[in-house]
Formats: sequence, C-alpha cells, structure tokens
Amino acid sequence: MNLETLWFVLYVGIIAGYVILDGFDLGVGILSPFVARTDRDHRMLLNAIGPVWDGNEVWLVLGGGALFAAFPVVYASLFSGFYLAMMLVLLVLILRTIAIEFRSHRESPRWRATWDWFFFASSLGITLLLGVALGNVIRGIPLDSSGQVTLKLVDLLNPYSLAVGVTAVAMLGLHGGIFLTLKVDGELRGRIERLVPRLMVAFFVLMTVLVVWTLLLRTEVTATYRDRVWIAAFPVLALVSTVVAWRLIRAGRFLPAFGASALTIALLMATVAAGMYPVMLPSSIDSSYDLTVHNSASAPETLTVMTVIAVIGIPFVLLYTAGVYYFFRGRVVLDDHGY
Amino acid sequence: MSTELLHRIQFGFTISFHFIFPPMSLGLGLLLIVFGVQAVRTDDPKWRQLAMFWTKIYGLIFSMGVATGLVQEFQFGTNWSEYSRYVGNIFGSLLAAEGIFAFMLEGGFLGLMLAGGRRLGNKLWLFATTMVVLGATFSATWIIMANSWMQTPQGYELRNEGRGTQAFMSSFREVVFTPSFGPRFWHTIVAAWMVGCSLVMSVAAYYLLRRRHEDLAKTMMRVALPLFTVLAVLQVTVFGANQATEVATHQPEKLAAIEGVYQTGDCVPMTIFGRTDPSTQTTQGLQIPCLLSILVGKSPSTTVQGLDDFPTDDWANASVVFQTYHLMINLGMAFVAIGGLGCLLWAWKRRLWTQRWLLWIMVGSIGLTQLATLSGWWTAELGRQPWIVWQLLRTEDAFSPNVTTAQVAASLAMFAVLYAIVFGVFLVLLNRLIQAGPPDPPTEEEVQALPDTWGAAFQHRSRVSDGSR
Repeated sequence: MNLETLWFVLYVGIIAGYVILDGFDLGVGILSPFVARTDRDHRMLLNAIGPVWDGNEVWLVLGGGALFAAFPVVYASLFSGFYLAMMLVLLVLILRTIAIEFRSHRESPRWRATWDWFFFASSLGITLLLGVALGNVIRGIPLDSSGQVTLKLVDLLNPYSLAVGVTAVAMLGLHGGIFLTLKVDGELRGRIERLVPRLMVAFFVLMTVLVVWTLLLRTEVTATYRDRVWIAAFPVLALVSTVVAWRLIRAGRFLPAFGASALTIALLMATVAAGMYPVMLPSSIDSSYDLTVHNSASAPETLTVMTVIAVIGIPFVLLYTAGVYYFFRGRVVLDDHGY
Repeated sequence: MSTELLHRIQFGFTISFHFIFPPMSLGLGLLLIVFGVQAVRTDDPKWRQLAMFWTKIYGLIFSMGVATGLVQEFQFGTNWSEYSRYVGNIFGSLLAAEGIFAFMLEGGFLGLMLAGGRRLGNKLWLFATTMVVLGATFSATWIIMANSWMQTPQGYELRNEGRGTQAFMSSFREVVFTPSFGPRFWHTIVAAWMVGCSLVMSVAAYYLLRRRHEDLAKTMMRVALPLFTVLAVLQVTVFGANQATEVATHQPEKLAAIEGVYQTGDCVPMTIFGRTDPSTQTTQGLQIPCLLSILVGKSPSTTVQGLDDFPTDDWANASVVFQTYHLMINLGMAFVAIGGLGCLLWAWKRRLWTQRWLLWIMVGSIGLTQLATLSGWWTAELGRQPWIVWQLLRTEDAFSPNVTTAQVAASLAMFAVLYAIVFGVFLVLLNRLIQAGPPDPPTEEEVQALPDTWGAAFQHRSRVSDGSR
C-alpha cells in the first residue's frame, strides 16, 4: 500500500471514529425531546454523555487536521466550496457546546427548556448538515479544472443528499438510543428501550432505499464494485452486523448491540470509501477534474512525517480513550457535580 | 469594502475572541497544579477546596476555548483556501500533530478532571489535571510552531506539481524549529501564565474588598501575586526582550514598523509612547535617544534599518502596529509595577490587605493582561502583513477566490452576533461562579473515601449521592 492510500484509509478511520463516538452523543441530543419528560430526565441524558462528549468532538478536529495535512487540495476545495454550509456547521457546533455547558448553571425552568431545545436542534442540525455534505460528496460537486467549487447553499439541498442526511439522523438516533439503554434507569430507560426497535426499523428501511438509490445514481460506484468484487465484503458485513444488532436488541443485550451498531457504522463508511476510491471529491462537470488520493495528496515527505506522528500518537489516543470509557462505565448517578 | 479585507476582519475577529480563552486555561492550569500539589503535600482541606472551585471555572473557560477553536481550524479551508493549498503540506501537518498529541490528551482527561471532585482522590486528580495542562501546553507548542513557520519559514521547497506553486516539506526539523519558534514560544507561554495568575489575583482581590472568603482569598493571593510578579519581571527583561531581538534579526521591516522607524540610521531613539504619521513618515512622542540601537546591537552606533530600506509594497501598517506594540510594552511595564508594589505592601506588615485602591487595580488586572496578550498577537500578525507567509505568499493571494463578498459578509455578521451573545452569557456565568464562591471544604473522611490509586479508581463504582440540583 502506498502512503497516499494509507492516509486515505487512516482518514476514513478517523471519520468513522468520529461518527461512532460523537455519533452516540449527537444521537442522545436528537432523541432528547422524545424520551426526556422531566428536568431529571434531561440531566440524566447530559450526564450520560458528560464526561466524554468533548473528547468525542476532538475526533472532528482530528479529521479536519488530517485532511488538511494529508490532502490539502481536497480540504481547500471542499471547505471553501461548501462555505455557507460549513459556517452553519460551526454555528450549530458552538450552539451545542453552549447548550450543554450553560444549561445547568441556572435553576429556572425556562432557562433550562431553552437550552434543552438548543441541544436538540443543534444535535439534529450537525447530523443533518454533515449527512447532506456527505451526500453531495458522493453525488459529485461542480469542481472545475482548477479545483475550485462554486455552489449556492440551495444547490446542496438536492433530494439524494437530503436522504443521506435523514438516514444519518436515523442511524445516530438509533446509536444514541442503544447507548442510553446502558446509561440510564427507570421509566426513562423503559421509554428508550421501546423506541430503539422502531428506530432500528426506520434506519433499516432508509438505508436500504439509500443503497439502491446510490447504485442507480452513481454508476461509477456501481462499476467500481463490479471491478473490485472483494470490496462487496463491506456492505455484506454491514448487513450482517445490522441483523446481529437487531437480534441483540430483541434479546435485550444492549452492550454487544452497541458494539454491533458501532461496527455497522464503520462498515458503512468503508462501503462508501471503497466504492469511491481513489476519488475523494468527484466532479459533476467532468470526471477528469475529480480530486483523487493521487492528485491531491501531500508529498511523500509530509506523509512520512505524518505516519510517524500517527504511529506514536494513535496508540496513546486509543489507550486513554478506552481508559476514560472504562472509568465512566455503568449507569449515571446524579450528584451536584456534573450537569 | 474588499473581499480580502472582510476575510481578514472575520479571521482577526474570530481568532481574537478565541484567544481570550487558551491563555486563561494555560495559566489557570498552572495554578491548579500548584493547588493540587499542595493538597497532596499538606493535610489542609483548603487546597482541595480551592482546586475544586477553580476547576469549575476552568471547565467553563475550556468549553469556550474548544467551541471557538474549532472555528479556526475550519476557517483555513473555508476562507483561506489558496493559503491551504499552498502550505497544506507543512502547516496542515502541524495542525494534525496538534490534534493527535494535544487535543486528544486534553479531551481524554478533561472529563476525569472535571468529575474529580466526587470521584478521585488528591493524587489521581492531580495526575488528571497535569495531563490536561500538559495537553494544553502541547497544543500551544504546535500552534506556535505553525505560526512561527508563517513568520520565519524554512525547511520547505517550492514546486509546481500541477496545482500551481506549493510549499513542500524538505526538513521537518527545520519546519518545527524555525528561528523565531523558541523566543515566541516562551514569550507566549509566560504571557499565558501571567493571564492565569491575574485571573486568580483579580478574584482574590474582589473577595478581599467584599470581605468574603478572606482566608481563601489571602491564600490565592499568596500563590498568584509572587508568581505574577516574577513572571512579569522575566517577561520584560528576558522573554519579551528576546522576542524583540529575534524580530530585529529576522524581520527587520516588521521591527521598523512596530517601532515607528521610517529612516535608517544609527543612534536610533526608542519611542515610549506617541504616534506615527504616515503622511510625513515621522514618529513623535516621548523618545529615549539611541536606546533602540543599543537594544538591537548593544551599542549606540548600531544601524537600525528603517522602513525606507524596504519597498513600500512590503510595509506593514505602521500607524496601527506601532500602537498595538506600544500598548503591549507599556502594559508589561505596568504589570511589573502592580506586582512589585503588591509584593512590597504584602511584605511590609501585610498592608496589601487594606490597600483598597491597589486591590481594585488587581480586580481589573485580568482585563489588562487580556488586552496585553491580544495586542501582542495583533502586533505579530498585523506586523507580518502584507505577507501571510513571510516573503513567500501575500495575504491578497491567499483567500478563497470562490467565496463571494456577500457570503463572507453574512458569515461575519453571524459570528458578530453569535460571539456577542456567547460572550455575554459567558460573563454572566463566570460571575455567578465567582459570586457563589468556593464550595464547602470536603471532610477528611470524604477525601479518604475517594480512590487514590489507579487500581482502586477503576474498581470504584459511582458513589451514590442522589441529585439535589
């Protein structure tokens, strides 16, 4: 494997890590108005994600940094091309941080209800926006010969990309729901446990539609799967993992179900990446303008340095991420620390 | 208004707002370590009480830093895409290293640190806090490396591999250790520590003035004031001076602009305060003869290059950077005076506790240190203009050509409104934490019951104390 491909794989891995980790806390936000009825319920939700959501969001920072370093041309074209959408992502990211941090500082029900609403809306907003962005990347964007993208915000809101966004909401809602069954107790847990199977059905139906739609819309992806049949292992395993998750949920075994849900997310990311490789940003104007891992990667000198940094850093990251999750295992107990 | 200027205003505004928070985290973190060490060393519960009080404030500040910091990472791509294409090989890898080495460490241990009050004994809490502070310091290190490369770039080669000219890395060691990195790192870190000390000093002084938590306030002052004073003296005499010498060596036209030197010559005076007049190309004000020559070359006969030695196209806006630079310098001098006076009055029969006028100045010191760090950064960044990467890439060639003026105007308006609200709410919440004051000290049994080895911590189940909030 050459360095460019290695970094493509690492990049997809970081994004998958982001979607799995920040995904469940975004999912908690998306579910919050549907499952939390009292102030205590809302506090249970916030304290369930309290010690880890900040660290989870760092994976997005890492994803941005890795893209900038390894594929600067993609980073520049994508971020400037999606200018207003990116600004909206920043807006909702900040609002979400503020909502989580500020809610517990005052007792007033109106204050708390306001921030609860912001927590929900911003979690939903981030998921939708990033989903729609991914949809547009899969579908292709108007990249010209010099790698510039000129787009209006409304251009991003095409039916296919919106479908990706809605599917992402269902996927993370499900993921966050399974996470919560491990973290909360009482009536709240009962409501979530009843909701999770319905989310599973919604996710499965939406994802199936999306897969068919993608194969019809992106004939290049279909061709890639025909040429490299072995990569079909990713979608097949994703399906298997979804079925396993379904059975585990029905059996009430939520910890392994959470693992299966995380694995499903990783396999779905791999499915998309393998279907597009070596293209990172397809051009809807002319496929010769596509940005690929080969024509937009950093030079080998940089990628070598980055690989050394990753080899040193990533084991530590995984070690203390695992340590923190283990430390905060078990159900939430409310006290006057935390949210 | 030109699109370039809008991009610059947006970046300048968002990064200035962001830069309110990291120095407070860095500096407050240092003091949290001091409190934590004292809690481990002595049996006095006040240290743990102080540590937990300031941890709450730290958490608030930290979350603001994270939220506004993410904006910065995105903006290189959204607003400065040509810059990103040009330097991605170099600048991007430093940001990615920051993410892996620094943010992950901070993000990982922050939860432990913030939950520490009910979950960790003194030693483990100190360990978690040290990791967070170490992470914050790594973060500062990498970002100053990246910024220093923009000031004094080296270790690169320019090639065109089909996407226009790009800077490629030829030596990672040279990229991270540019000549300006060392001086700029220490100057910035010491400034951040001073900001942290002044935050603690200002709250301590406020409590003393209001006669609340007086014992704790005196303890805070006894830690923060001497440290602040020593740092202030070192900043003026060593770290700040080093930084100025470095600029004189590597960016002489920047030095000329910030010192307001238009004409090359020897025995060049140093202006203490005053103003530059671009139309007549003169600088008036209180000047000390020959001092700049002496500082630059240790002799009055040293020639100092003026702006007239350089093409006018390469001049920074002298009338602005002259003011930001002198504001920083004069505030630095004022910090030595405030700290020195405070220490003297304390040493002289503890008179500090009753000198209300000085205590009020100390309450305001957090605003002054913030102003000093901000004006220092404005000097560094505006003084680098018209270059985004010193003598390599001009700012006018660096912004995103595909983003329209209306789009930047819209996002700038969004940030202005959003940050105004966020800052207002931040101040309200900070004030509430300060008004609420330190929590009751933990009893000895409570502290004893907390796990203080990793083995115990990982076996430990959440202690049940049902929610009362």
